[in-house]
Formats: sequence, C-alpha cells, structure tokens
Amino acid sequence: MNFDAIIEALPSYIGGVGVTLQLLVAALLLGLVIALPMGVARASDNPWLSKPVWVFTYVIRGTPMLVQLFLIYYGLAQFELVRESALWPLLSQAWFCAVLTFTLNTAGYTAEIIAGAMRATPYGEIEAANSLGMPRWKVLTRILLPSAMRRALPAYSNEVIFMLHGTSLASVVTVIDLTGAAREMNSRSYLPFEAFLTAAVFYLAMTFSLVAMFHFAEKRWLGHLAPRKSAPLIATSVPI
Amino acid sequence: MLHGFLPALLEGTLTTLSVALASLAIAVVLGLVGAAAKLSRIPFVRGVAMAYTTIVRGVPDLVLMLLIFFGGQIAVNALAAKFGFEGYVDIDPYVAGVATIGFIFGAYLTETFRGALIAIHAGQREAGLAFGMSRAQVFRRITLPQMIRFAIPGFTNNWLVLVKSTAIVSVIGLTDMMHSAGMAAGATREPFTFYLAAGVIYLAITSLSMLGLGALERSVSVGLRRAA
Repeated sequence: MNFDAIIEALPSYIGGVGVTLQLLVAALLLGLVIALPMGVARASDNPWLSKPVWVFTYVIRGTPMLVQLFLIYYGLAQFELVRESALWPLLSQAWFCAVLTFTLNTAGYTAEIIAGAMRATPYGEIEAANSLGMPRWKVLTRILLPSAMRRALPAYSNEVIFMLHGTSLASVVTVIDLTGAAREMNSRSYLPFEAFLTAAVFYLAMTFSLVAMFHFAEKRWLGHLAPRKSAPLIATSVPI
Repeated sequence: MLHGFLPALLEGTLTTLSVALASLAIAVVLGLVGAAAKLSRIPFVRGVAMAYTTIVRGVPDLVLMLLIFFGGQIAVNALAAKFGFEGYVDIDPYVAGVATIGFIFGAYLTETFRGALIAIHAGQREAGLAFGMSRAQVFRRITLPQMIRFAIPGFTNNWLVLVKSTAIVSVIGLTDMMHSAGMAAGATREPFTFYLAAGVIYLAITSLSMLGLGALERSVSVGLRRAA
C-alpha cells in the first residue's frame, strides 16, 4: 500500500465525495417530489391514473440505469429538435444528464414503494376517516400519506443506498464524482488497489452514515410498529 | 433493420446473458456457503460472512469491478513473477466481470438464503431427526424444498438486479450488448436508436425472467395455503 499516494490524492477524493453527495441529494429530492404524486396515482383505483404510472415504473425498473443514462446523455443528441432547443445547454452537460437520469430512476422505484405502503393501510383507518365525514383529499393527506410514508421508510432506505451506489455511474459519462476521482488516480499513477480501495472506504462510510440516519428516522417515526422488547413470547404459527 | 447492426446487437446479447448466468452460478454457490457460514456455531466463521455481506453491500458494484479488474491484474502478475513466470498476464474482462458480479450477488443471495433457512421452523428438522432420518436426508427432504419456496421471491429480485448490473461490464471493455450498441451508435450517429434497442432487449430479458420465476414460484408453492 502506497499511503503517500493516497494522502496526496485525498483532496480530489474529498471533492469527489462532494460531487457524489450533490448528485445523490439532488436526485433524491427531485425524485421524491415526482414520486409522491406518481405513487398516489399508482395506488388509485382509477386505471387511467394507475396504468400510465405502472408503464413508467415497469420500464424504469426493467432496464439498467446505465442504459437510461446513455439514452439521455448520448441518445438525445441524435435529434435536431433537442439540439436546437432552449434546454440544450443543460442537456449537453454530463452533470445535468446524470441528475436527470438518477431523478427519473429513483422516482420510478420510490413511486412503487409509496404505492405499496399506501395499499398496506389497514382499511379500518379509511372507514374511520369516512365515518367522521372527511373528504377524500383530507383522508389522503391526513390518514393515508402520513402512515404510508412511515411504513415506506425501511424500503426507502434501501432505495437511497442503491441510489448512492448508482451515482457511481456518473463517472462513466465523465463526471468526476468519488468513483471518477478514483479512476483518475488509477489512470495517473496506476495504483489500482490504493485508488479503488480508498473510494470503497469512502462509500462504506457514506453507506453506514445513511443506514444510521434511517435507523434513527425509523425509531423516531416508526417506533410504534417496532416489536416491543418486553413482548410476551407467543408461539409462532407452524407454516403448513 | 437497425442499419444491419441487429446481428451484432444480438451477439452482444448472448455475451450479456452468458455473463449473467455464469455470475449467477458463482453467486448461488457463494450465497449458500455464506448462508451456512452466517448460521454457523463458530464465531469466526460468522464474522467472516458478516464482513463479506456488509462490505460488498456497502460499495458500488462499479468500484468493486474496477478494483478487481485493475487490481487483479497487478495481483496476478505479482503472483506470476513470484513463480518465475516472465511474461505479462492480461486479465480477461469476461473473467473479471463474471467474478465481480458473482462475488457481489453472492452477498445478496447470502441474505436471501439465510432468511429462507431461518423461516423454516426448527421443529420440522427435529421431527425429521426424531423419525430417524439422517441430517443429509432432513436437508434434502425437509429443509431444501421449503427453502427454495421461501427463497424464490428474493432470488427473483436479485436476479433482476444482477441482469441489470451486467450492463457495467462494458466499462471494463467486455463486448457485451452495451458495447455493441455503443459501436453501432458511433458508426451510424444514431445513439438513441441503439441504446433504445438495448433497453428493449433488457426489458425483454427482465420481463421473461419475471414470468418464468413467477411460474416457478407458483409450482413450488402448490399446497401452501395463503392467509390472503
């Protein structure tokens, strides 16, 4: 291990961590904003609302994120309409394309997570709300969504970690994120162990921090569903 | 169709499928060993399995792949030099890709198989032993059939993620479907067309996998009553 080389390259790794976090936070926030209405539409009984969302999430979840990234970064340039549009200065930038891809991708997965959590709402809660005369919108914002968002936390924490790992694809389209910093160090000094193990340590640290954050969030907002520590031992049913 | 690049794209598809299936074989073996290790009575063995699943699931697959491809190159050559070999050994991207993806998904399948194993009530194993079955018989007749049933949903999920992560082997120079699509895109200046085609092929693979594994799940769950 050449630790001198690692220390020398440390500033570019720190910069890479910054870019990775920017990509992650931007994609997660924008993705969540899109995913929320999509999740509600997906859980709706109206097929005109739920089917289009199903098509979107099916395609997003059925294809690799690398394909989606290449379609947006390389693919869109094929069309003159795009090249001459007002959005071209943005769409020709790798960073913007990466955020756009990651946003759409995480929105697809998150919409399904939210819809799944909404479907898991005990029907008695809706009946209770209806019997109190709440209009549909109020049932949604007061009953359905608050408890669905809590129940979505464990699945969403997985999605966030997948997204953190997914941002490493940005390095394939020339963005110097954490993986990009490692690839740069490797091609400059040809010290692959030092270069990629350092990146791995940073990713591990970020993963553990995210896990800890979600652990805390689940305790805070999902504590009422956690198994009680002093719960009496109930015989588990025998699977048939 | 596709300016005559369809055969090249399909050839790349075969490489992609072969990478996916070969890494799945490695992952299943690693997953079974890992699950057994996680349930072992020896703390050291449990610790190694724990470190394996934690580290692999905490690092992006691309970073692990670059580490194994570039790092493995140096390690193999250092080893070869130690044994008096004087040439230069090139690591095949296919080997590096399959090894990395198999290694990564071994960690995910470890969790799937472990969960499936502990979902089987211990009393069933005890009952089997009490009937005079050997431990191997208990595994073959009682544990394994139920473990397969419990593992299929997680297995399906992991297989779908595995297929999609094979796309990154093109980064280390393997001529898979993404690579073929890239070559065709460069030659025709129609990147959207060819990456879209690659996306459609991936979607076909994942859709067929879901149909097939769904049918398998139904067939091994015959006789299982569901609450709802």
